[in-house]
Amino acid sequence: MRRIGSVGGIAAQGTADAGAIIRRVTLTKKPESRPAAASWGLSKRGTPWEYAAAPEATDHIEIRREYGLFIDNAFAPSRPKATFEVINPATEEPLSRVAKASKADVNRAVTAARRAHDTVWSRLPGSERAKYLYRIARIMQERSREFAVVETMNSGKPIKESRDVDVPLAAAHFFYYAGWADKLDYAFPGRTPRSLGVAAQIIPWNFPLLMLAWKIAPALAAGNTVILKPASTTPLTAYLFADVVRQAELPPGVVNIITGPGEIGMELVRHPDVNKVAFTGSTAVGKMIGRAVAGSRKKLTLELGGKAANIVFDDAPLDQAIEGIINGIYFNQGEVCCAGSRLFVQESVYEPLLDKLKARLSTLRVGDPLDKNTDVGAINSAGQLAKIAELVQSGIEEGAEIFQPDCVLPDKGFFFRPTLFTGVSQSHRIAQEEIFGPVLSVLTFRTPEEAIEKANNTPYGLSAGVWTEKGSRIFKMVAAMKAGVVWANTFNRFDPTSPFGGYKESGYGREGGIHGLGAYLDLSANGATGR
Amino acid sequence: MSPRAKPRTTAALAVRDGAGSGAQRLEVRKTYKLYIGGAFPRTESGRAYEIHGAKGELLANACRGTRKDIRDAVRAARTALPDWSAKTGFNRSQILYRIAELMEGRRDQFVSEVMAAEGVGRQRATRLTDAAIDRWVWYAGWADKFSQVNGSVNPVNGSYFNFSVPEPSGVVGVIAPEASSLLGLVSRLAPVIVSGNCAVVLASESRPLPAVTLTEVLATSDVPGGVVNLITGLRRELVLHLAGHMDVNALDAFGLDPGQGVAVEELATENVKRLVRPPAKGADAVDWLSPQAQSPYLIGEFVETKTVWHPIGA
Repeated sequence: MRRIGSVGGIAAQGTADAGAIIRRVTLTKKPESRPAAASWGLSKRGTPWEYAAAPEATDHIEIRREYGLFIDNAFAPSRPKATFEVINPATEEPLSRVAKASKADVNRAVTAARRAHDTVWSRLPGSERAKYLYRIARIMQERSREFAVVETMNSGKPIKESRDVDVPLAAAHFFYYAGWADKLDYAFPGRTPRSLGVAAQIIPWNFPLLMLAWKIAPALAAGNTVILKPASTTPLTAYLFADVVRQAELPPGVVNIITGPGEIGMELVRHPDVNKVAFTGSTAVGKMIGRAVAGSRKKLTLELGGKAANIVFDDAPLDQAIEGIINGIYFNQGEVCCAGSRLFVQESVYEPLLDKLKARLSTLRVGDPLDKNTDVGAINSAGQLAKIAELVQSGIEEGAEIFQPDCVLPDKGFFFRPTLFTGVSQSHRIAQEEIFGPVLSVLTFRTPEEAIEKANNTPYGLSAGVWTEKGSRIFKMVAAMKAGVVWANTFNRFDPTSPFGGYKESGYGREGGIHGLGAYLDLSANGATGR
Repeated sequence: MSPRAKPRTTAALAVRDGAGSGAQRLEVRKTYKLYIGGAFPRTESGRAYEIHGAKGELLANACRGTRKDIRDAVRAARTALPDWSAKTGFNRSQILYRIAELMEGRRDQFVSEVMAAEGVGRQRATRLTDAAIDRWVWYAGWADKFSQVNGSVNPVNGSYFNFSVPEPSGVVGVIAPEASSLLGLVSRLAPVIVSGNCAVVLASESRPLPAVTLTEVLATSDVPGGVVNLITGLRRELVLHLAGHMDVNALDAFGLDPGQGVAVEELATENVKRLVRPPAKGADAVDWLSPQAQSPYLIGEFVETKTVWHPIGA
């Protein structure tokens, strides 16, 4: 019961129904001084109980003032030398400056990767590649807190998420794919798997280290070498990973990391000596990349946007569902491609569910991402914050009813209140467009068929959620969802062994598991592969 | 099909004497039409183009399909998709096997048409036809096995049951190989529909007649109308419309002239179509009789992997 801060509070919560909690929270008096976390528990007498700040220590963190490009296991300035600033979105204070790559730098990186692929990495026995990857996994585990803190400082995500989700999962990805490196022949019967060559990998800012792991681990296991371009707002854990690469003593050129704006990513995608392109990001950019590789032999994996339906039937365990709904849309500030951003509630449970949902929403602590009690941290950038605000405004203007808990946001940094909309119709922008923020649209349905129809009414198809106690209904719904991942009675679970990826305009190809491995191998016979 | 340049010897098609009359019997020619939604319409354009045999003889007038025909075909495929994709693997397996059974019954006709279309001798045409029939049998067997090879139970690090299954991509455009009029087409079409996809096929432009005859087999072999739709016509008038159609989920461009790859791929990207590119040397360089021309990996090009999670608990 995280919402309660004292023994007395627990007693109070035990007797309070959901409506009572809403009233009390609404009555909450604003404190004079507030650190960053601005959610409140309830004391026995119904007066606010302030959480003590519980900041994660940062004194052990060394962020360099400047990072060069990481090519051939060495940091070097871009040519011509240019840098750009990287900030902490929770404080708007600068963290570092990183190199801004030029076209010539892209060339250098591709050359390094090509040489490493052709002369070293693809020729290594798989068992040796495996041991390098195991080393990386172990070093990431050893340095896990450092990674978690830097990730939180740079991305704005709560430390409890970077510490408990992003970093352990990233290490687990390396550990999982390490074991595939010397077992490729068993994975694809009737084929002789070969590495593709040089992989260009472009990742977004919402899970900077985890997306790095999703990209680099299978690529290296399959014998490819990589050039990774992190998002320009979140390069710091990637450059920290570069240090792991050096500690693990990977051969130079196997992992290269370059930073810069989107155009540099496109240069990388277009480079003629690149064999594989893997992109995670928006559908619009994914389409640009699709056009850029048109007519080439480059193999392409696209992991794009989503507008997931989270469907709650009247027989669902409501309290469990509430946690799943909250986790589904407010995890990582909703900056998740598979976020459960459209909630479909069966009409007969709409009112009790909404009461519980609003009550639970009001207990979320929004604020300092480094505070260990924070549930919702900072939005990654001013630009993203503006986009969220614009879409929320459109929801209001199109007639949906907004609910936001009465929480106080820090004075500085990019914060947005957890938000939910009721009275949303299918045609509203907030029901159609990916918001990529902590904004939930609540819709209703009567029959399973109506839920299916509405849930699939989107160009996206990344994920979906179903909540019901009835087994046969789960399988009916699971089969009907045009989505690559379906969570039944859970949401937003990830694992290295579990393939992840979309239907329709959410992209193609899978990451994770044996399916994710195939995306980095040439499995052709008779020249018959696609991309 | 008319032997206008030179009489052909095929019993079923050639000119022969009317029984007992002594007068020559006039052959009844076949009209080669499109195949859309289980019916055989003419192209909405009312246009036709001439199909010539290897020696330049006129074989028939084929429908010169249009963008509208493609749209109709896509709609038919989309309509047929829910039922076809929901059939059990066992059921689809039997239906694909039934195609082979009915092709076998028309074997001589296919041999003749392949000879005429491709200019090959009887022996070669027979091998190609037999391989096409056997290919249906081979893929029929995959319908209820592919999921077991391609799917997985994923041992996640937590108390969840997690599995991945392949599902059909949806409506798939198939640009058939140009030279291999029957075996090439069957080799690309069978792996598309076996998993539950519905297909809109652009037949070989210059050799479409065996493909049209194949649709007559499909129409009578328990394959529901709309599962396979076939358009004949000029590629330059059709390919881009198929590639750009927003309700087509995937495109098998294997039979495309590699020179057209860029424009087709750019259009296919508009709705993030799954795409199989033409091979570097073109589809016509492929040895379709090779065992490598059939593979479960081809089925895998047109499926989506769906992963399902559920907690384990009491």
